[in-house]
Amino acid sequence: MSELSGAILTLEGLSVRLPPGADRPHALSGVSLSIAANEILCVVGESGSGKSMMASTIMQLLPNGVNIDGGRVMFEGRDLAKASATEMRHVRGAGIAMIFQEPMTALNPLRTIGDQIGEMFSIHTDLSRAAIRAKVLALLEDVRIPDPKAAARAFPHELSGGQRQRAMIAMALALDPKVLIADEPTTALDVTTQAQILALIRDLQQRKKTAVLFITHDFGVVAEIADRVAVMQHGSIVEQGIAASVLNAPQHPYTRQLIAAVPPLTSPPPRSLSDDIILSIDDVSKTYRTGGFLGRGARVTRAVKNVSLKLPRGATLGIVGESGSGKSTLARCLVRLIDPDAGAIVLEGKDWAKMAREDVRRETRHIQMVFQDPFGSLNPRRKAAELVAQGPIVHGTPRAKALADAKELFALVGLDPSASDRFPHEFSGGQRQRIGLARALALRPEVLVADEAVSALDVSVQAQVLQLLAGLRQRLGLSIVFITHDLRVAAQICDLVAVMKDGEVVEQGLAGDVFGRPQHPYTRALLDSIPGGAFARQHEAPSLAR
Amino acid sequence: MDALKRYFRSPAAVVGLVLLLIVVAMAVSAGWIYPREPLALAGRPLIWPFSNPRFLLGTDNSGRDIAAQIFYGARISLLIGGVATAIAIAIGVLIGAFAGFYGGWVDNVLMRITEAFQTLPNFVLLLVLVAVFGSTLTTVTIAVGVVSWPAPARLTRAEFLSLRNREFVQAGRTLGMRDIQLILGEILPNALPPVIVYASVVMAVAILLESALAFLRLSDPNVASWGNLIGLGRDVLRVQWYVSAIPGIAILLTVLAVSLVGQGLNDALNPRLKAR
Repeated sequence: MSELSGAILTLEGLSVRLPPGADRPHALSGVSLSIAANEILCVVGESGSGKSMMASTIMQLLPNGVNIDGGRVMFEGRDLAKASATEMRHVRGAGIAMIFQEPMTALNPLRTIGDQIGEMFSIHTDLSRAAIRAKVLALLEDVRIPDPKAAARAFPHELSGGQRQRAMIAMALALDPKVLIADEPTTALDVTTQAQILALIRDLQQRKKTAVLFITHDFGVVAEIADRVAVMQHGSIVEQGIAASVLNAPQHPYTRQLIAAVPPLTSPPPRSLSDDIILSIDDVSKTYRTGGFLGRGARVTRAVKNVSLKLPRGATLGIVGESGSGKSTLARCLVRLIDPDAGAIVLEGKDWAKMAREDVRRETRHIQMVFQDPFGSLNPRRKAAELVAQGPIVHGTPRAKALADAKELFALVGLDPSASDRFPHEFSGGQRQRIGLARALALRPEVLVADEAVSALDVSVQAQVLQLLAGLRQRLGLSIVFITHDLRVAAQICDLVAVMKDGEVVEQGLAGDVFGRPQHPYTRALLDSIPGGAFARQHEAPSLAR
Repeated sequence: MDALKRYFRSPAAVVGLVLLLIVVAMAVSAGWIYPREPLALAGRPLIWPFSNPRFLLGTDNSGRDIAAQIFYGARISLLIGGVATAIAIAIGVLIGAFAGFYGGWVDNVLMRITEAFQTLPNFVLLLVLVAVFGSTLTTVTIAVGVVSWPAPARLTRAEFLSLRNREFVQAGRTLGMRDIQLILGEILPNALPPVIVYASVVMAVAILLESALAFLRLSDPNVASWGNLIGLGRDVLRVQWYVSAIPGIAILLTVLAVSLVGQGLNDALNPRLKAR
């Protein structure tokens, strides 16, 4: 690519070799890009595209067995690929700083925030302790943490996720680095917090004229923040250019495919809903009590407060909300993984909330759940076919028949039936989620509860799984309770939407109404926080099989 | 298969396995090589090793063939090590699994019992059991097993605690599985690898416990065991030290072999830990 004037950090034909036995020989092959001062370059790609590996390569923090085997990393006239460990220690933090996806694990849990930020100065400068303390406070004010003095004294677990990420940013910017590498810094955050952090990064970058290398998988975030974009696939850059032109006129087919997979905010035209209510949730509450002795000093969390919802037969009810809103607790109450304290959950004329354990076990085939984590929700020591056949076997289907049925279910969810004797780790994330779906469908449930079922997947895979769900809903007459934090996903698949906040449903109604004419201020705030909102709205709704 | 390949990549693990196989071979072949009763008088007492070709490792203070006792002793050590370990792991897994899976008061009761056992030194408890129930081979083996279960129980409980809230266990629950199906079919297979590795430690300790018991002449005197031989040699330790030293080396090598195999298994079953 053409050498940009004023480039601060330049990668030239950078290649990184993976150890033998990895899924491809090179993590990065011939990556060339450059970042100038005062610009945000977004590197976007799906998981496994090598975008995080690129960040580690620049910082020379590659895992064992992974080595650079070609190209240069030019920073301030030096090739970092050949820099010694001592030289790199001076570059890291001071020249190039980094913020990570999960601020909780990137911060030391045993030391205060102020200590950890101050460490940057005590390592790289000879400021006095008082001067360091003043600097730390100024930095915390810069990142707009509420009550900086208290925040400096706080331990990481005492801050919220957004505040922790602000502290991380303060730490990264402590020494006014020329380059800031942000590796998915907002992915673990709620949508409203994400919007604030993105605005903060944008604002600080403009004030300090920092060059920011922003790694993300989300085109919404790209639309929100990027000056320029580089799209990565299988370790190479397939397209790069000015943000507006890449987003609006993508050249490479892979870029086009990624952008097409971005869920639009507009919901498809409403379907006619049945009057037959299959699942009705009345006044359900769940309160957690922790600690305390004989009721004194106990911490009480009202996770779900008097929630009432109705799911018509064949419809999809979306429950959206941020983390801690109680939506997952509600989902677990529906399948009785958690026992609700009060209220009724009526399915097929039976009240699930009050059923005895043994009856729940027997009736569980009517309502099944799909879990979030495609890695954690499958027993790693069972073959895929066994996983799918488990449910019917438990309920008395002969083993041979259940295994044969499992192969049919494999075909139903779009997996190769011949792959059914493999172990879960031999499948990709999307395929694993299909196995989880097949397992839930094996009992032929009437109601499916999908708890963040597509949240851990890449956008293109997410779109495929959503399409599959929509198709199955039609073919099997399923009714779905779809729990998600992502409003864009909810807009695509849900007929009805309920917005939850602090355990309460603040707004519910037809998806088109809730997203098109939000009534409650919180719903409006959520919608406004969606990254790249304008970009998402332009986009036409894709054709989910309806 | 991968685990097997990783196992054979480590030289220490292979050495351990070879040593262990040698001990097993000794135990198996004892009857052919030394067809006579190992505790019968065979010759003059206290013949030094390598001085008489009939008694390659010499004779002890009552004139019994040391080599024969070493070979037959391998049987006893492996038997006690194996059976006592099986008993300890079985009790430990059972208690740990229930405590970890159910939590709450079940966990409290079971863990208090475990702690009660742990606060007593193993060996003292073993002495008490042997004193009460007598010192036949059977009681000694069971007693060694009974004093060794608390550590595997705690390990199993820790594994169960972290596994019971995993999504695949919850998925099993939503499929309508009974608790026992969840414990045995879903959680236990995932909790076992560290327990299997720990079994090697239990086995090494079991062999040592029996030897210590025999050294105090509290083990079964009617079987040829390494510990008994060391105990006998105590009387002539200053001059004919070999009587104690030879079985001592046998115990050392066996425990080393078991530990190396355990370490090898650990690296093979938890490859990610090894990579660090």
